[in-house]
Amino acid sequence: MGKPSDLVQGTLDLLILKTLSLQARHGWAIAKRIQQISSEVLQVQQGSLYPALHRLEQQGWIKAKWAESETGRRAKFYSLTAAGRKQMETETANWNRLSTAIDLVVGEV
Amino acid sequence: MRWLNRLVMQIRMLLFRRNANVQLNKELHFHLEQQIAENRLAGMNAEEARLATLRAFGNPVLLREQTGATWNWNGLEQFVHDLRIGARTLSRTPGFALIAILITAFGIGASVTLFTVVRGVLLRPLPFSDPDRLVMLYEHSTIAAGAGDFPFNVVAGGVYAAWNKQNTSFTSLALVRSDSGALSAAGGQLPEKLDKANVSWNLFSTLGVRPALGRVFAGGDDNPAANGTVVLSWSLWKRRFGADPTVLNRTIYLDTKPYTVIGVMPAGFEFPDSSTQLWTPVYREFPENVMSALDNHMFRAIGRLKPGVTAAEATANLSVISRQIHDSHLDNPFVTAAANSRALLEHMVGDVKRPLYVLLTATVCLLLIACLNVANLLVARAAARQKELAVRTALGGGRMRLLREHLTESFLLEVVGGGVGLLMAYAAVEWLVHSRPDIARVSSIHIDGVVAAFTVGVVVLCAVFAGMVSAFHADERLVLRALHESSRGYSAGGTRARLRKTLLAMEVGLTVVLLMGASLLLKSYQRLRSTDVGCITDNVLTMRVSLPGARYKTPGPAPANFFETLLQRVRALPGVEAAGLVIGVPGQGYMGDNGFAIAEHPPMPRGKGVYAIYRSADPGYFAAMGIPNLRGRTFADNQKFDQADEVIISDAFAKKFFTGEDPIGKHLRLGGGPKLHVIVGIVGDTRYSIGEAPQPMQYYPLFAGNENFGTLVIRSSRDVTQLALPVQQIIQGLDRDLPVSDVLTMNQLLGKSSVDQSFDAALITGFAVLSLLLATAGLFGVLSYIVAQRSGEIGIRIALGAQREQVLGLMLADGLRPALIGLILGLGASAATTQFIESMLYETRPRDPEAFAAVTALLLASAALACMVPAWRASRLKPMRVLRME
Repeated sequence: MGKPSDLVQGTLDLLILKTLSLQARHGWAIAKRIQQISSEVLQVQQGSLYPALHRLEQQGWIKAKWAESETGRRAKFYSLTAAGRKQMETETANWNRLSTAIDLVVGEV
Repeated sequence: MRWLNRLVMQIRMLLFRRNANVQLNKELHFHLEQQIAENRLAGMNAEEARLATLRAFGNPVLLREQTGATWNWNGLEQFVHDLRIGARTLSRTPGFALIAILITAFGIGASVTLFTVVRGVLLRPLPFSDPDRLVMLYEHSTIAAGAGDFPFNVVAGGVYAAWNKQNTSFTSLALVRSDSGALSAAGGQLPEKLDKANVSWNLFSTLGVRPALGRVFAGGDDNPAANGTVVLSWSLWKRRFGADPTVLNRTIYLDTKPYTVIGVMPAGFEFPDSSTQLWTPVYREFPENVMSALDNHMFRAIGRLKPGVTAAEATANLSVISRQIHDSHLDNPFVTAAANSRALLEHMVGDVKRPLYVLLTATVCLLLIACLNVANLLVARAAARQKELAVRTALGGGRMRLLREHLTESFLLEVVGGGVGLLMAYAAVEWLVHSRPDIARVSSIHIDGVVAAFTVGVVVLCAVFAGMVSAFHADERLVLRALHESSRGYSAGGTRARLRKTLLAMEVGLTVVLLMGASLLLKSYQRLRSTDVGCITDNVLTMRVSLPGARYKTPGPAPANFFETLLQRVRALPGVEAAGLVIGVPGQGYMGDNGFAIAEHPPMPRGKGVYAIYRSADPGYFAAMGIPNLRGRTFADNQKFDQADEVIISDAFAKKFFTGEDPIGKHLRLGGGPKLHVIVGIVGDTRYSIGEAPQPMQYYPLFAGNENFGTLVIRSSRDVTQLALPVQQIIQGLDRDLPVSDVLTMNQLLGKSSVDQSFDAALITGFAVLSLLLATAGLFGVLSYIVAQRSGEIGIRIALGAQREQVLGLMLADGLRPALIGLILGLGASAATTQFIESMLYETRPRDPEAFAAVTALLLASAALACMVPAWRASRLKPMRVLRME
C-alpha cells in the first residue's frame, strides 16, 4: 500500500466539496473529517489541502467566512456556493462512472 | 452567478492582496494550534506536541508560497516582485546599469533609426492609388557607333506620342520633365528660383491623386495655344502664398510669363522629385518640334497598367511600337528600337536602396555587438554572484525562479535602454530628415506604430538573448563545483571565462566586419575627393544664372548680349582674377549630349552615329577654370550670333574620334545638320561628375546665343566668397527679375556631389568606432576578471619563482586569444561580404589589401592596449598579499 495521501488526481477537490456539503468547516476540521470518514485511510496533508481550498475559493466553488470556532478562536470557515454544489454533483457522477468502470475491469479477472 | 463570484474574488485579490496574506497566515496558524491542542489531548507535553505538529506540517514558507500560487494575479505578483528585485540589484551597481543601458540605447537607437528610414523610403507603398500598377517607362537605346547601351534612356516626345496613341496595355500614359524656373518678384517677395515639372495633363489622374484645392490640368490646358496654367505644391502654397485659398485664379509670373493658378496639390504629394514645387503643362511649355522629335530624348514617361496586364507584356507592346518607328527612320541613329520599364518605386529609390540596406546591416551588427556586450556584463555579474546563486540553489531556490530573475534583470536593462534608444532614434530621424532633404521620399520617414512595434520586438529579442546567455550556465550541476571552488579558490571558474571569451571573439569578429566596411568606404571617399576633375577648384566661385525665355529668346542676340555684358562687368570687379561662363562646370553633371558628324570622314553607315557631351562656353572660360589648352586656341572674338562657326574639343574627344590624325582644322556638323564648325582647339579633359571617368566633350561658342542659362565662374586670389554679393548685385543691376541660384565655391559644389559617399562613410565609421570601443572595453573587462579570478594562482606562480615577464606574457596571451580568433573570423567574413558594397566604392577594390592590413593593425593595437593594463597588473601582484587574502 502506498502512502495514504496518494489521492487520485483531482479527487481531493471532490472530497472537500463533499465534506462541505452538509455544513461549513474550517481547514483543520475538513482534514480531520476526511480522515475520520475514510477510517484513517485518507490522510490529507496540509501541503495539498490549503492550496486546494484556495484554488476552489478562487474558482468560486466555495466561499469563506471568518467566524468563531468551537474553541472560541476566530477561524476561516468554508462553505459550498450554489455553483459549488452543482460542481459537486457533476464530479460525484463522474466519480461513480469511473469507479464502476474500474470495478468492472478489476472484477473481471 | 459563478462568474460574478469569480469577478468579486479577482477584484478582491487584486486590491486586498496584503490582507489575503495576513489571513492566510492566521488560517495556517489556527490549523497549527488545533493540531497542537489535539496532540496534547493525545498525551504529549507542550514541547513534544509543538514539534510533532511542525514536523507534520512541513515547510510553512513553501506551503504559503504554494497556496499563494493558486491565487488570481499570481503571475503578475511574481513579476512585480522580480522587477523590484531586479531594480534593487541594478541600483546597487549604478555604474554597471548605466553602461549597459547606454550600450543598449546606442544599439537599439541606431537600428530603430535605420529601420525607420528603410521603412519610409523602401518599404512603405508610394502615396498613389494602386501604386503597384504604376511603371516608369524608358527607351532602351543602343547606339552601335557610340558603343553605348542605355537600357534606361529618357523618352523622346515623338516616341511618347506614338506610345500614347498606339498602346493597348495602359489605362493612361503620362509625361514628365523636371525643370527649374524663376518665380518673379511680387508682393514684396524676392524673385526665387525653384524646381518645377512640366507634365502632361493626365499625370495626376495617372498617379491617382486629387488636388487639395481647385483643379488639376484638363486636356485643354495642355497645348501650345492654351493660356498659362500652374498647379502649386502644398509647401509652396503655404510658404510663398501664406496658405491663402484665394490664390486660385490669381496670376503669377514664372520666368516673367503669366500663369493662372488653378490648383494646389495636397501635402505630401511630391513628384517627380521631393523638391518639385509646381507643375505646368508640358505641351504648352515645349515647342512643337521638341514634342514630336523622335531622337531628342528628354522626358520621363509613367504608365498605369491595365488590369491583368503585366509590366513585361506592356513593355513588349511598347517595344513593338518603338521598333516600327525605328524601322521607318533607319537613317537616324538616335531613334531607339526598344522600350524598357521599371516599377515606379524602384525608379525613385533605386539609388539609395543598396546604401540603406548596407547601413541597416551595419546597425544590426552594432546591435548584436551591444547585445553581446550586455550579455558579457551580465555573465560577469553572474560570476561575481556565483556563490550567492549556488547557496540559493542548494537551499532549494527553484531553477525557473533563478532563470526568471536573470531574464528580468536583462529585461529591465533592455527596456530602459530601448526607451532611451527610441528617444535617440527620434532625434536622429529628425536630424536626418532636416540635414538630408535630398533623400528620395524623405517626407515619408517618420516613427509610427510599426516602428514602435519593431522597437518592442528588438527589445524583447535582446533581453531574451542577453538574459539566456548569462542564465545558460546558472546550471544546477555547477552548484557543487561553485561551492568547491569557493572553498579552494586558486584557479579560475573556467566555464564562465570560456563563455565570455566566446562572446568576445564573436564581438571582435563583427567589429572587424564593420571596420572593414568603414575603411573601404573611407578610402573610396578619399579617392573620390582627391580626383582631379580637370580644372582649378580652389578659390573658384560658381553661380547659376538662368534667363527667362520670354525676354531672352534663343537662338538670338539677347542672351548673348546679356552674358557678354555680365562678364565684362564681373571681370572689372576689384579682386576678380578671371571669370567665365559655361552651361555646366566640371562636377555639375552630364547636362546633355549631342550627335555630330565629322565632315572630313566618310559618312557613317545608315542608322549609325556618334555623339559627345555638349557644352557652350565663352572664350575666357578655359583660362578662368585653368583647363589647359593642349593645342590650337580658344574661340575668336568674332564668334557671335550667326558668325559662330568654331568648336573646341576635349582631349578624350580627339583621341576617340581622330585616332592618328590632326583634328585642328577639321569640321564638325552638329546634330548632323548642314552647318560646319571648324575645330580650333583641343583642351584638357574634365569630369562631368567626380565619380565618373572623363568623357569626350564638344564646346561651342556661348555668344552664338543658343543658350539662355549658364554657370558663372569667378576666380580670385583672395577669399572668393566675398565676391558673391557684389556679383549678385551686378546681376540684379542688369535685370532685377533674375534669381541667382546655387552660389557655391567649386569645392562646395564637388563636396555636394559626393555627399552620399561622405554620409555613408561617416555613419559606418561612427558605427565601427563605437563597436571597436565596445569590443575593447569587453576585452579589458574579461581579462581583468580572469586576472582577479586567478590572482591566487598567479601569486603562487610568482612565489615559486615565475618571472614577471612570464606572467605578463601568460596573461597577454590569454586575453589576446579571443581577439585573434575574432580577427580571423572577422577577416574571413569580410572577405565574403565586402563585395556587396562594391557598387558603392570608387576606385577601391572590395578586397583591398591595404584596408585589410589597416584594420588588422588597428584591431591588434586596440586589443593589445586593452589587455596590457590587466596583464601588467597581474605581473605586479604581490604574492604574499594575495595568498594572505585567501
